[in-house]
Amino acid sequence: MNDSIIRTQDLRFAYPDTEAGGPSVLNGVNLDIEEGSFVAVLGHNGSGKSTLAKHMNAILLPSGGAVYVSGMDTRDESKLLDIRRTVGMVFQNPDNQIVANVVEEDVAFAPENLGVPSEEIRRRVDEALKAVGMYEFRTHAPHLLSGGQKQRVAIAGVIAMAPRCIVLDEPTAMLDPVGRREVLDTIRELNRTSGVTVVLITHHMDEAAQADRLVVMSKGKVVADGAPREVFQRVEELKSYGLTVPETTELLWELRQEDGLDVPLDALSDEECAQVLYDLLTAV
Amino acid sequence: MALKDITLGQYFPGHSVLHRMDPRTKLLLTVLYIAALFLCKNVISYGLALIVLAAAVAVSKVGLKSIVRGMKPVVVIILLTAVLNLFYTPGHEIWRFGFLKITTEGLWSAAFMVLRILMLITCTFLLTYTTSPILLTDGLENLLGPLKKLRVPVHELAMMMSIALRFIPTLIEETDKIMSAQRARGADFDTGGLVQKAKALVPLLVPLFISAFRRADELAVAMECRCYHGGEGRTRLRQLRYQSIDYAGFLLGVLLVAAVAVLRHFGL
Repeated sequence: MNDSIIRTQDLRFAYPDTEAGGPSVLNGVNLDIEEGSFVAVLGHNGSGKSTLAKHMNAILLPSGGAVYVSGMDTRDESKLLDIRRTVGMVFQNPDNQIVANVVEEDVAFAPENLGVPSEEIRRRVDEALKAVGMYEFRTHAPHLLSGGQKQRVAIAGVIAMAPRCIVLDEPTAMLDPVGRREVLDTIRELNRTSGVTVVLITHHMDEAAQADRLVVMSKGKVVADGAPREVFQRVEELKSYGLTVPETTELLWELRQEDGLDVPLDALSDEECAQVLYDLLTAV
Repeated sequence: MALKDITLGQYFPGHSVLHRMDPRTKLLLTVLYIAALFLCKNVISYGLALIVLAAAVAVSKVGLKSIVRGMKPVVVIILLTAVLNLFYTPGHEIWRFGFLKITTEGLWSAAFMVLRILMLITCTFLLTYTTSPILLTDGLENLLGPLKKLRVPVHELAMMMSIALRFIPTLIEETDKIMSAQRARGADFDTGGLVQKAKALVPLLVPLFISAFRRADELAVAMECRCYHGGEGRTRLRQLRYQSIDYAGFLLGVLLVAAVAVLRHFGL
C-alpha cells in the first residue's frame, strides 16, 4: 500500500449540524489513489464528489471510516500542515482563492505560510509561474486577467507549495472554452512532466476522458472505477446515474442500439471514432 | 459608470524612485509630510511644501490626471471647508451682503485650508499609488510590530487590510453586474429623492452582501488549503530592507519639517 498517496477506507460523511444527523453525503467510499496517476472523479450534482474532494486534505473530517494522506490520518491534528502541503487544492471560482493583488505575491502565499526562506520562495514562484505559462504576467494584477489565466495563477499558487498531489474541484466550471482548454492542458502537463498526482473532480465527460483512471460517483458511493475507455462503455449504467457519455461514444452506442451494427464502443477521440466509421463504411 | 472612478487604494505599478522606496519609509514620510503641512502658516512655508510635493509627483510618474480623478469624491468636503472659512473668519471686512461677509483673513484661510486638504490627499494618494497594497501592509505590520508585545493582533489586522484592498476591484465589478441585472429588470437607481434612492439600493446591497459572505467563506477555505495558520513562522517573498534612497528620503523629510518649523518660528 506504499504506492497510494490518498486512501479512503469506508469513508462516511454527514453534515453534523442538520437535525437527526442529516442526510449522509458519503456512504462508504473506498478509494486508493496511486502516486503519479491522473484520476478523474465524475458525478452528477449532489453525488458527493466535492465532499469527497474536501476530505482529501482535511478540510472536512470523516464522520465514519478514515482517510489517509501518504499514511497520515487526516484526523490527526498535529499532522494538519503536513497533510495540506502534501495535497494541494484548487477550487471552482478563481476569484475567491487569490489572496494578493499581484500575481507573484499570490503565488508566494503558500510557501510564505510554510516559512520557506525568501530566496527559495523566489525560485519556487518563478518555477510555478513558468510551469503554468504565466511567468510574463508575474507583476500583473489578478483582477485584470481572464478566467483561464486566473485559474492558472491559482494552480501555480498550489504548485509553489510543492505538493505531491493536486485535487482540483471543478476548476473549469466557470470558464469559457478557451480557458477550459488552457487549464486542462496545464493540468495534464503537470502530471506528465512533474509526476504530480492529479485528482480532477468534474462533470464534463470530455475532461474525464483524458484521465488515466475514471471514478464515477452516485449518491455518495463509487459506482464505477476503471480506465475511461472501459467505464464509458457502460452507457446504460452511466445514464441511470444521470450522466451522459462523450459524444463519440454516444454516437457509436446509438449505431449499435438502433441499427444493430457491430461497432466497438471504446473510441474516445474524434479521430478514433472517425476511423471506426470509416472502417464500417468501407466494409459494407 | 461612477463606480469605476474610485481610485481609493489603487496601485499603479512602476519603477520610479518612489516605487522602489521601502514602504516603511514612505509611510513615515507621509506622516512627516502631514506634520509639516500642519506646521505651515504662510505663503513661503506652503510654497515649500508644495514644491516638495510637486517634485514627488513628477518623480513618481503617476500623472496628474489620476490624482485629480481621485479628488472627485472629496470635492464637497473641500467646497464646504472653503465656504465656511471664507464667511466665518473674523477680521478686516472687504465685502458684505446681508449677514454674509468676507474678510481678508477669511480669504487667506480659505485658500490655505483648501490647499492643505488637497496636498494632504495628494500625498496619501502618492503613497497608495506607488506602493503595492501587500508591501503597504507589510510595512505597516513591520512598523507596528512592537505593538505585538501588547497583544495587539498586528498581523491579523494587516492581513485583513490587504484582503480588503484585494477585493475592492472584485466587489466593484460585482456591484456593476448586479446593478445592470437589476436595471434590466426595471430597477431605477438614478431618479427620486434621497429616501427613494436609498430604498433603491436595498435590492443592490442584499445580493452584494450575500455574495461577499460566500466569497469570504470560500477564501478562508482556500487560504487554509494553502497552509495559512496565522502570522507565526511566516516568511516573505520580499524582505523589507532600507537602502540608500530610503535614507535620502528620510533626510529630505526631516529637512522639510525642520525648515517649516523654523519658518513658523519666525512667523512666516
